[in-house]
Amino acid sequence: MEAFTTHTGRAVPLRRGNVDTDQIIPAHWLKKVTRNGFEDGLFEAWRKDEGFVLNAPERKGATVLVAGPDFGTGSSREHAVWALQNYGFKTVISARFADIFRGNSLKNGLLTVVLPQETVEALWALTEADPAAEITVDLVAREVRAEGVTAPFELDDNARWRLLEGLDDISLTLANEADIAAYEARRPSFKPSTARV
Amino acid sequence: MGRTLAEKVWDDHVVRRAEGEPDLLFIDLHLLHEVTSPQAFDGLRMSGRTVRRTDLTIATEDHNTPTLDIDKPIADPVSRTQLETLRKNCAEFGVRLHPLGDVEQGVVHVVGPQLGLTQPGTTVVCGDSHTSTHGAFGALAFGIGTSQVEHVLATQTLPLAPFRTMAITVDGELPAGVTAKDLILAVIARIGTGGGQGYVIEYRGSAIEKLSMEARMTVCNMSIEAGARAGMIAPDRTTFDYLEGRPNAPVGADWDAALEYWKTLRTDDDAVFDHEVRIDANTLTPFVTWGTNPGQGAPLSSAVPDPASYADPSDRLAAEKALEYMGLSAGQPLREIAVDTVFVGSCTNGRIEDLRSAAAVLKGRKVADGVRMLVVPGSVRVALQAVEEGLDKVFTAAGAEWRHAGCSMCLGMNPDQLAPGERSASTSNRNFEGRQGKGGRTHLVSPQVAAATAVTGTLSAPADLSDVPVLTEV
Repeated sequence: MEAFTTHTGRAVPLRRGNVDTDQIIPAHWLKKVTRNGFEDGLFEAWRKDEGFVLNAPERKGATVLVAGPDFGTGSSREHAVWALQNYGFKTVISARFADIFRGNSLKNGLLTVVLPQETVEALWALTEADPAAEITVDLVAREVRAEGVTAPFELDDNARWRLLEGLDDISLTLANEADIAAYEARRPSFKPSTARV
Repeated sequence: MGRTLAEKVWDDHVVRRAEGEPDLLFIDLHLLHEVTSPQAFDGLRMSGRTVRRTDLTIATEDHNTPTLDIDKPIADPVSRTQLETLRKNCAEFGVRLHPLGDVEQGVVHVVGPQLGLTQPGTTVVCGDSHTSTHGAFGALAFGIGTSQVEHVLATQTLPLAPFRTMAITVDGELPAGVTAKDLILAVIARIGTGGGQGYVIEYRGSAIEKLSMEARMTVCNMSIEAGARAGMIAPDRTTFDYLEGRPNAPVGADWDAALEYWKTLRTDDDAVFDHEVRIDANTLTPFVTWGTNPGQGAPLSSAVPDPASYADPSDRLAAEKALEYMGLSAGQPLREIAVDTVFVGSCTNGRIEDLRSAAAVLKGRKVADGVRMLVVPGSVRVALQAVEEGLDKVFTAAGAEWRHAGCSMCLGMNPDQLAPGERSASTSNRNFEGRQGKGGRTHLVSPQVAAATAVTGTLSAPADLSDVPVLTEV
């Protein structure tokens, strides 16, 4: 996984709540069998509207997405995270994320930052008024900084450590392989097996 | 202090608990399908890892599969490649697969329960958010992303963040013509699409206990639409009767031992939930969605709400955008909304009871002129059962299309899609913009409402068909 320490970049203010993963990446894109090449599918339907914020020339190269509450609801498709990353986003800020999307993002090094809606509103106001305004997301200090905004955010120590180091979850788990084997040894025989009967 | 059902199942699966780390949980059953697994298998190959427990892993093909001409090569080359990739991966890594054309093929969340693999007190995962379905058996079941699919393939475990517990207690009697689908749509409208965030929901109360396994699966299936980590129902006689004799259910001494354990899987009387919601079943009526998320729903007897009536500005904006997308206006009676397509199927409502209740409404009637109705059984087994009961004949006689099993129009990854601007009454689970096809408009409904809507051409309940007796399903 790509490590995340601190990132500074321009933002895309997305004034929508309940942005579901079908909007982030529509289902027909999910037929691909790779983790890359999803950038053109990101918000595909909304991008057909010329007035959509992502289409504005001054938002080109922006890396911080500031979205309404309940971002990433619906389908568990990790393709939504890959699409955001393939497009160039490094971090997403929202007042609330759907659980599965949040888990997927942190496993891929896309930092999802939960801030109060008032702070999201302040970041929208700032970046709408000045598209060149930059936002810094500092995972070391667990703080978001922009002109007129200094906002601490929470992320548990373990998740933060894995992101800062860019650690691979599977390797971490396999370091405790003996625990898994011990559990398997005491697991009851009546538990289901997929063996054909 | 006592423990809730969810806490008991969690505790029984802890492989490793250490200060400052998420609990590492053992996974009893891992379900795979073609869409969210290819990148996970690639990851295993790149790191030289294998599937740790092929005996706890099973795959089927559902999202991409066509529902017509399944004996011919799949027309879409990208879909074909994805299915071929799953077949190649399952062969290479030794995973049991039920491909298109196999008698056990079907929507992954229909296949697991009907094989008897989904059992009380187990942990079940799948790279699909509707894995919450399996919670109907008292399993702790949740959808995961592809990175986690790879993690489970390699280790048969997952590190998981702690959860909070919510009880949704539904007491009373569901009135005639009101189904599990109406119940869960009403729940989501009440708590919102983010209301369950971070929670495992336990559905309980006398109305829940009276539900069949199929109906319980419908309820738990849509827990994710309220944002919940999972939904569960304590196992009881209904659960045990459903499981006994199924191909992968325990037998002999194992059955006795399993039953003894399963009977302990109830929330203790002195357990405390972090949040509680109470619903009176007697007050529920057929429920449909009008908007573009599953929380934007209302009783069928009501009207499209006025966005101005929402106090919260983001709810107001969401309602405005939804009405614009759906081509609806405030105050329009929901019963007057005309549809082009009716879809009966999906992991929410594609089981045999769902087909029976839709067929009972359609029997002796015709699908309205200009309306297309698709009936897509959730699995080949469901299809075979329906044929044995003559349900397919009821559907085709009414003018509906009887298709092969799969996810189909629930998400339109195969050719079954809405055209731009088309409107559907759908028994599926998501009414997101473009979910059933670019520009398509979806109203989520129960199988009974779907069938009645097919007959009248506008959103309707069976009671609206004056000469059809009201059903007492559920």
